[in-house]
Amino acid sequence: MTNWSIEELRENIKRRQIVSQIFAILGLLLIFFALFTLLALTVKMFIDGLPRLSWKFFFSFPSRKPEEAGIFAAWVGTAVVMMMTAVFAIPIGVASGIYLEEYGKKGWLAALIEVNISNLAGVPSIIYGLLALGLFVQDWNLGESILTAGLTLSLLILPVIVVATREAIRAIPNSLREAAYALGASKWQVIWDHLLPYSLGSILTGIIVALSRAIGETAPLITIGALTFIAFLPDPPFTSQFPYISFAWLKSPFTVMPIQMFNWVSRPQAAFQANAAAAGAVLVVMTLLMNGLAIYLRYRLRKGLKW
Amino acid sequence: MKTKHKVMGVVAATATAAALTLGVIQKEAESQGAKTIKIDGSSTVFPITEAVAEEFQKQKKGSVRVTVGISGTGGGFEKFCSSNPSLRTDISNASRPIKKEEIEACKKSGVEFIELPVAYDALTVVVNKNNKAINSITVEELKTIWSKESQQKGIKRWNQVNPKWPNAEFKLYGPGLDSGTYDYFKEAILGKNNDIRSDFTPSEDDNVLVQGVARDPNGMGYFGFAYYEENTDKLKALAIVNPETKKPVMPSAQNVLNGSYKPLSRPLYIYVNKASANKPEVKEFVNFYLRNAAKLSKQVGYVPLPADDYKKAEARFQKGEVGRIPLRAGL
Repeated sequence: MTNWSIEELRENIKRRQIVSQIFAILGLLLIFFALFTLLALTVKMFIDGLPRLSWKFFFSFPSRKPEEAGIFAAWVGTAVVMMMTAVFAIPIGVASGIYLEEYGKKGWLAALIEVNISNLAGVPSIIYGLLALGLFVQDWNLGESILTAGLTLSLLILPVIVVATREAIRAIPNSLREAAYALGASKWQVIWDHLLPYSLGSILTGIIVALSRAIGETAPLITIGALTFIAFLPDPPFTSQFPYISFAWLKSPFTVMPIQMFNWVSRPQAAFQANAAAAGAVLVVMTLLMNGLAIYLRYRLRKGLKW
Repeated sequence: MKTKHKVMGVVAATATAAALTLGVIQKEAESQGAKTIKIDGSSTVFPITEAVAEEFQKQKKGSVRVTVGISGTGGGFEKFCSSNPSLRTDISNASRPIKKEEIEACKKSGVEFIELPVAYDALTVVVNKNNKAINSITVEELKTIWSKESQQKGIKRWNQVNPKWPNAEFKLYGPGLDSGTYDYFKEAILGKNNDIRSDFTPSEDDNVLVQGVARDPNGMGYFGFAYYEENTDKLKALAIVNPETKKPVMPSAQNVLNGSYKPLSRPLYIYVNKASANKPEVKEFVNFYLRNAAKLSKQVGYVPLPADDYKKAEARFQKGEVGRIPLRAGL
């Protein structure tokens, strides 16, 4: 429309390119700033906490004396609660994802469920804590126990797992499904033998990202009555009498790493701050390990998959 | 595809395990015999109860389990007097006496309680280390600084409170409105029908208050003595002018014990459920508590009661005397 000369056009393009480059530099600076802050805080925490890290710290119960206090109850509690969370959240979450993607008919019901799931992923965790307090603790009488904590946290991460599963399944090309059907496979065979194995890498990544979120949660657990001082471990799962397996540990009171940290941070004695930093370092390492596992699994399972 | 099938198998197995577990757990839970004493409540009393629980469990070699939570004084009473028996705690930590509404709630659910004072805490009013102008303060002056009324009157400089003090704006740091510490300060300093001003920095974490006053040359704050004791290099405690003798008194164990540090020394309590007190393990724990509270409360930065009071408390517990009755004047 306009009668721009070549020079004018070049000028215009040049200007736009400069703006684009300025934005790229700005973005990069912001990323570095954020990363640097994060790194500085983490390094500071490790430096503060490192002198406290020893075998004794891992295998001692909390104490009024900072040099004797440890995180035994806290890390065992975190590990057991995370296990319960995984046991509840993974089967339900993955199954829901498969249903919504492969079986569910598109309609108002599907749309309703979809909106709800994406909204649930954004609900503040304390709300799940209140729900759990009313439902699990008070109505179902499950007590302030590991079981309640597992159920609560699995509610919290369920939407994330559902969404991850759906994304993973959707990413598989339709031609694969069609090829399987063409060979006479049933729907279940297609899902179990093809879709699930191919998408397993991405689903696992989603699961572990979700569990990494749950591992740092404090608010919902405090709401359902996680404890601050606890100097014993859950009951052992194996007993010497028939039936040799005991589920009493599920009903055990518990504490988790972030709660232990929070308690130490608010103590007056400076030595407890070092304990808190050490516990924080351990928690960061635990999370990093989980993420590392996710990356490894994805790498292993995606190897040899090509389409 | 073999490895993939294995992974899927694990997923299926865990799902089955979860289903099985849920079925068995209800039966198992009752058969478990480990004795547990449930304690919850004030975070101020927590360090003392934690120390007692730690020593007690060491002595019992794990045959009795003690758990301690920090829901705050009010939150602790909510569980202590809960209408659902499975949520009730055996003992509640409190940094103030039980309130009327809480007594009502307990009555409604049929919970009788034995009140036992366990230690003193000296609420300490602090200013910045470099604040040379102010050494002592009266209750009236504290009221002028902290009340809502003076905020409305526009009082926000030191010399508006006392003409001898510097012409600078003060910055206030105090515990949040949900804490028992605030409840006590409000009652002791501001009085029943007075509110606290809204332009102070509140925090539930006393270390945040310590940092605030330590960094702000015109800062002022109040919190438990233990937090001052650990930070004497950064903070300066103010002497409080005793309303009766008119003499300024520094917060210290001695002054709390001889009764001259007034009105900011507050007693800390544990409340024992009468029904739980009949259980041998709870009886043993409470007796252990009262016999060791003097030594242990001192270790965690609180002021023990006079030895006589612990004896009286033990006698009260033996008798099983219930209700909110002061052990002696001032407790």
